[in-house]
Amino acid sequence: MAEASYPEDLKYHAEHDWARIDGEEATFGITWYAQDALGEVVFFDPPQAGSQVTKDEPYAEVESVKAVSDVFAPLSGEILAVNELLADSPEKINEDPYGDGWLVKVRMTDPSEVEALMDVGAYRELL
Amino acid sequence: MPHTADTLRRTPLFDRHEQAGAKLVPFAGWEMPVQYEGIRQEHVAVRTHAGMFDVSHMGEIETSGSDAERFLQRILSNDVTKIAERGAQYSVLCKEDGGVLDDLFTYRLEDGRFLTVTNASNHDKDLAWFREHADGFDVEIKDAHSDWAMLAVQGPEARAALGSDDLPPRMRTADLEIAGVPALVCGTGYTGEDGCELLLPPDGAAAVWDALLERGVKPAGLGARDTLRLEVCFHLYGNDLSEDRNPIEAGLGWCCKLDTGFIGSDALRDVKPEQTLVPFAFTGPGIPRQGNPVNAPHGEGIVTSGSLSPCLETGIGMAYLPLEDAEPGTGIEVDVRGKNRPAEVRSRPLYERKEKGG
Repeated sequence: MAEASYPEDLKYHAEHDWARIDGEEATFGITWYAQDALGEVVFFDPPQAGSQVTKDEPYAEVESVKAVSDVFAPLSGEILAVNELLADSPEKINEDPYGDGWLVKVRMTDPSEVEALMDVGAYRELL
Repeated sequence: MPHTADTLRRTPLFDRHEQAGAKLVPFAGWEMPVQYEGIRQEHVAVRTHAGMFDVSHMGEIETSGSDAERFLQRILSNDVTKIAERGAQYSVLCKEDGGVLDDLFTYRLEDGRFLTVTNASNHDKDLAWFREHADGFDVEIKDAHSDWAMLAVQGPEARAALGSDDLPPRMRTADLEIAGVPALVCGTGYTGEDGCELLLPPDGAAAVWDALLERGVKPAGLGARDTLRLEVCFHLYGNDLSEDRNPIEAGLGWCCKLDTGFIGSDALRDVKPEQTLVPFAFTGPGIPRQGNPVNAPHGEGIVTSGSLSPCLETGIGMAYLPLEDAEPGTGIEVDVRGKNRPAEVRSRPLYERKEKGG
């Protein structure tokens, strides 16, 4: 499993989710802390492409052998794509939480919400 | 005495768990290792090599005296007279109405002296039940919980790792020295694999742990213990068994010898169960969890245990279903937090051990 890390270029949500902002689009995932707390991820239940997600509300589930966790949307938007790799290899969420373990891409419906997210310094203080 | 979160009890192996990198969680009043390296790795180690579980949270009750056998025959569901000397037997403890108070292993240590192993969460309740029903019997009932640490060593290589030529066969016990420590060794387990359970003096447990670790036995936590037992469909009290369920519907009629006249036998004689506990496996994605509702052809049911099976790599579980739907191959749907997941009733065990050389 990867060493603890929190990339500088991401925005963070208090429910241990990250967002990578790219124009009007954003990629979501869970942080190193979240995957470590969960243990080995064995199942990712993604939302439907085209569905709407709302900031601070659950939009998907990740499961370890032992437990289920909701994944919270750091921002509101419409799902453009889900990470198909995770259907067969959910462990990518543990191995590479900011890379191959990304969860969904969205088109933001309210880009101003980004301002409410934390930068890496603020997020680290929360841990 | 109830134990709150800030007075969690620790087993004699607590330091060893920390050294092994365990994730420790509260369980039935104890601070216990749920996993070390990972549930899946520990599970596979037990299926293919050997793993060891600290189960010192489990309780022991020692029953002795000239009426010990007659007393246990009155409260335990199985035929206690059939336990050979140095033998072991599984049974349930029932209320008058047949509801299950606990499921237990009882060992006949010698004539007139038995040791019964309880579930941690039920130990105090069981002990009180034993004592309440002892009137009129010449028995001494001793809470032996703090006399013993308990280490389950399981897997195809478990017996070799124990390093003794005198290990007891399945369902028998022996007094041996393991790594220089006097041990009550029992040919029992909760994983579906070969192996032994060791009852050890608390101050000797760490030496045995260290020796087994040296011999390549992998520490395994309660997480793997749960997935291992579920693959072979062993009941877990609090999930598959409770005071609101009787052993007949739980599929434990085989250990209820009604003619022995045990407490609850009259009620069980008249039981006409509408549901029965069956194993199932998902035929698509998802993981069933305790409490998930089930849609079966003849009515509703409920999941009592559910997990991902590390060996079968699919969601598996046990559920109470209408009797008519217990046939293996019956298609059912499990409602996992609002999503209907297709599944199929299976025969037990869900996972079958590969025999040596097979």
